[in-house]
Amino acid sequence: MIDTDNCEQLGAEILEIVLEEVNDLKTRLIKARQNGRIRGFLRRAIFAIRVAPFQLKQRDFMKILVTAKRVVDYNVSIRVLSDQTGVDLNNVKMSVNPFDEIAIEEAVRLKEAGKAEEVIVLSVGATNCQEQIRTALALGADRGILVETDEDMQPLGIAKVMKAIVDIEQPRLIITGKQAIDGDNSQTGQMLAALAGLAQATFASEIDLGDDSATVTREIDGGLETITVSLPAVVTTDLRLNEPRYASLPNIMKAKKKQVDVYTPADLGVDVTPRVKTLKVEPPAERKAGIKVESVEELVDKLRNEAKVIS
Amino acid sequence: MSILVVAEHDNQTVKLPTRVVIAAAQQIGGDIHVLIAGEGCSAAADAAANIVGVDTVLVADNPVYGHALAENLAELIVELAAEYSHIMTATTTSGKNFMPRVAALLDVAQISDIMTVQSADTFQRPIYAGNAIATVQSDDRVKVLTVRGTAFDPVEETGGSATVQAIDVVTDAAVSSWLREDVVALERPELTAASIIISGGRGMQNGENFALLESVADKLGAAIGASRAAVDAGFVANDMQVGQTGKIVAPDLYIAVGISGAIQHLAGMKDSKVIVAINKDEDAPIFQVADYGLVADLFDAVPELDSLL
Repeated sequence: MIDTDNCEQLGAEILEIVLEEVNDLKTRLIKARQNGRIRGFLRRAIFAIRVAPFQLKQRDFMKILVTAKRVVDYNVSIRVLSDQTGVDLNNVKMSVNPFDEIAIEEAVRLKEAGKAEEVIVLSVGATNCQEQIRTALALGADRGILVETDEDMQPLGIAKVMKAIVDIEQPRLIITGKQAIDGDNSQTGQMLAALAGLAQATFASEIDLGDDSATVTREIDGGLETITVSLPAVVTTDLRLNEPRYASLPNIMKAKKKQVDVYTPADLGVDVTPRVKTLKVEPPAERKAGIKVESVEELVDKLRNEAKVIS
Repeated sequence: MSILVVAEHDNQTVKLPTRVVIAAAQQIGGDIHVLIAGEGCSAAADAAANIVGVDTVLVADNPVYGHALAENLAELIVELAAEYSHIMTATTTSGKNFMPRVAALLDVAQISDIMTVQSADTFQRPIYAGNAIATVQSDDRVKVLTVRGTAFDPVEETGGSATVQAIDVVTDAAVSSWLREDVVALERPELTAASIIISGGRGMQNGENFALLESVADKLGAAIGASRAAVDAGFVANDMQVGQTGKIVAPDLYIAVGISGAIQHLAGMKDSKVIVAINKDEDAPIFQVADYGLVADLFDAVPELDSLL
């Protein structure tokens, strides 16, 4: 990780980074005073000092940031509220977004293969997102970050929050699900990459992680495409990337002791006001009930002559 | 008010989903400009100029746009954005890749996968894999939209006469590079493009039994899919999965074999035109969405179906 043989140089480098941070912090302090966000400033300051040693020799310290969005479990049959304001989330089983599970699994595998040192899991939302962070920690992530808010979080707002966390944590790789199975937007990873000025590799089915770059195979319409992205980069996961493991009981117990830092969007100086207004949510048009056929022969006849879908 | 439609093309021809986007743009109203960004893409630009409804074709012909790398393409679109009220593209893997980047750089929201245009700022889109339809309104100064490929009738490919204008902006973020493409020459159609799909579930019992479906698929020119249960049981590869966490499909004919019809599977196929279910459990939920249900042992029914085709 850090070359301890060369302590003097190491000390000088740390000092340099700290000085840089101090300068940055001065500017932020002035801003924080103006905005009355001193609490957020202090958190950042403490963090900046804590992460300084890790910013050293970043190439040697592969830190991966992954996400764990809290969504309605994929097996739950959702129900649209009768007042058309949304989907009923009361007493509904909530889980980690399945594509985020794939992201977590990939990061943990990279760590197990000796290609990464630390896996941090981020969730953005209400307090109960802690459950999804704990799940990710049980699957092998090292520590968690919750950005707590009761606001209706939309992709752009989430991406801005993630950008702020990326600034603090300086991961070399960010892996997120290609989409969340609630909003189905497929935007957040790409937006984060844009805001942070990073390369992106979406819909990944294979990641080959190097020191300075990653070679990623992407699922595209009709086949696969392989691209190389400079690190740091954002990768979003597709189904074929891996098959996530199940958490073992000992790991679930261990996860309870892992560190989870909590911020608010205000701490991070991020405006998460929704940009898109949902006017109404309706159930889709119902399928009309079909018929039972008695035999394969009858089925083929119906398909040929009634539905006319086969020749 | 002008609309910028970012075309999907192979440097020679403009792909069908782009004509669907133009149809959606016509419903919003205004001048329609089509951007062709590529390398050696003049033929595609000419093709775009012939498409009905297009007023101007903008051509950015440069190696940096050769493989539609999101970083370079997004910066180009942002350079052009000031003149437009709407920026639109198709909900394809390419459109989904670069468009959110455009939105974030412009500090506006993106509305993904619109299926109807209610007004210039209000659209309908599916959420929860189509299990709910949201009507959403954007207050942003420019609306960044992706358009569902099956939601609008495409405009005609020829009959238009747009002016073609070269763009000499070169945006190279130099953070990514293209290595290779493996476009699979499939023996069968791709799941998301197939007009007929035959899928197997846990009832198939093992991976070898999927051979039963292959013979039927070959006769019908169908793609083969699977339920998550079949994938989780290790019968077949994950990329065959149809469902909320797999592929969302809407073929003319969907034949579900030995699939009980878990909600997560239904979410991926219930927009199919005709659904057939073959299952020996007559209480299986799949029958509630099937147009034609056959209560039978699939190991008898599928070979019989095969022989009758």
